Amino acid sequence: MIRIESLYKSFDGKPVLNDITTEFLKGQTNLIIGRSGSGKTVLLKSIVGLLEIDKGNIFYDNRNFTTMKQEDRKLLRKEMGMVFQGGALFDSLTVEQNVRFPLDMFTYQTAGEKQKRVDYCLERVNISKDAHKLSPSEISGGMKKRVAIARAISLNPPYLFCDEPNSGLDPETSKVIDELIHGITVDLDITTVVNTHDMNSVMEIGDKILFISEGKMEWEGTKTDILYTTNQKLQEFVFANRQYKEMRDERKNPKPD
Amino acid sequence: MNFFFHIGRYFSLLARAFSRPERWRIYVRKLFKEIESLGIDSVGIVAVISIFMGGIITLQVAYNLQNPLFPKHLIGLGNRDTLLLEFSSTIMGLIMAGKIGSNIASELGSMRVTEQIDSLEIMGVNSAAYLILPKIIAVVFMFPFLYILSVFFGLIGGLIVGPAVGAVTATDYINGIQHTFVPYYVFFSLIKSLFFGFLVATIPSYFGYYVEGGAFEVGAASTRAVVNTNIMILVFDLILTQLLF
Repeated sequence: MIRIESLYKSFDGKPVLNDITTEFLKGQTNLIIGRSGSGKTVLLKSIVGLLEIDKGNIFYDNRNFTTMKQEDRKLLRKEMGMVFQGGALFDSLTVEQNVRFPLDMFTYQTAGEKQKRVDYCLERVNISKDAHKLSPSEISGGMKKRVAIARAISLNPPYLFCDEPNSGLDPETSKVIDELIHGITVDLDITTVVNTHDMNSVMEIGDKILFISEGKMEWEGTKTDILYTTNQKLQEFVFANRQYKEMRDERKNPKPD
Repeated sequence: MNFFFHIGRYFSLLARAFSRPERWRIYVRKLFKEIESLGIDSVGIVAVISIFMGGIITLQVAYNLQNPLFPKHLIGLGNRDTLLLEFSSTIMGLIMAGKIGSNIASELGSMRVTEQIDSLEIMGVNSAAYLILPKIIAVVFMFPFLYILSVFFGLIGGLIVGPAVGAVTATDYINGIQHTFVPYYVFFSLIKSLFFGFLVATIPSYFGYYVEGGAFEVGAASTRAVVNTNIMILVFDLILTQLLF
């Protein structure tokens, strides 16, 4: 579980995140949603420590990440896996080497054990054997995201973070990625935090949803609650796509068979 | 103020780069790759440039020593000492700042804008040490070798061009390059090449590592890296010449 208490973050005196307090639960896919520029990525990067926060506390299973020494933070980071928006695979390494990289760096496994783990992770994200030796520039955007997920889970981290995992992908591939993230979260019983503005993802995998607007936490709830929200900003965000307005109306007044 | 900010951040990056590696074996493997890509892959261009440089210096010296009172072997001697003292260390440093420096700055800059550096940090890897330390060691290690190769090819260039255009005979030229040889010149330039290697590896690393933005900024950082490295090479050339002579 990850707990955030009164988190503030600003850039050059301009506030970007204001008093964010929430919890991300274990075994659930926790989504941070909001319009572009609402502060989602800043929040995610603040949680993982890529950005230093101005004020507040971040707890990883009661370990205060904010007050930790750099060395302890480094150790905690080994428990985190992150999937970046563009995949962030290392260009100089093959698909297989990318997934093996954290194992080479932080484990004392034998070559055979590492290979077994790499094969398992790549198989888990449906990457065929033919693609193992390819370089990141030779695979599609969807495959890059899947390899990035495989790399993120290679050390079996209890915390998984995904920054806009569906950006630039077609709806079908997005659905595959969403299902993959959700499946891994449930199977491995980890705390997953996903940053997205894709309403399809919200309705597919949103166990817990946090809506932020202009750096403020506006709403939190589940994918069922979201259709019936009274928060005007969230309504504007959700019902920008008519499909969800129709879905809500249909649920309120089911059509007779 | 901005200047001091960059100086401070440059030294703090170096402090991070020189911290203890997470896994020596991986760093050593990376070091060999960097020696190959930054050092050995530069041998070709060093050879070509040095041959031309040696040839041109030989011609210039010959044109300026047309008085029959000057012995012809001075042409070879002039080429040798110019190569030993300045061209093979400083000019080669400036050229390598363009080749290796832009390579380092654009590689790290691209890694920054595509979040590969963030990705390393999230894994708990010291990205500065992992990415920069092997480059520094590789370039500092290879620069003295490149200097010696440059002197060698420069002398060969003079030997080809001088007799070919009738400026000097091969015998006079070879006599000249053996005449009054001062070993300290080699030592002095080897010291300079170590400093230049350090500058060529670290300044572009700094500019590449801290890029913000996209492809345009990576290009701009690469240019800034080369310009600043060149300036610092000349500043250090001046300081070291004053200190070591």
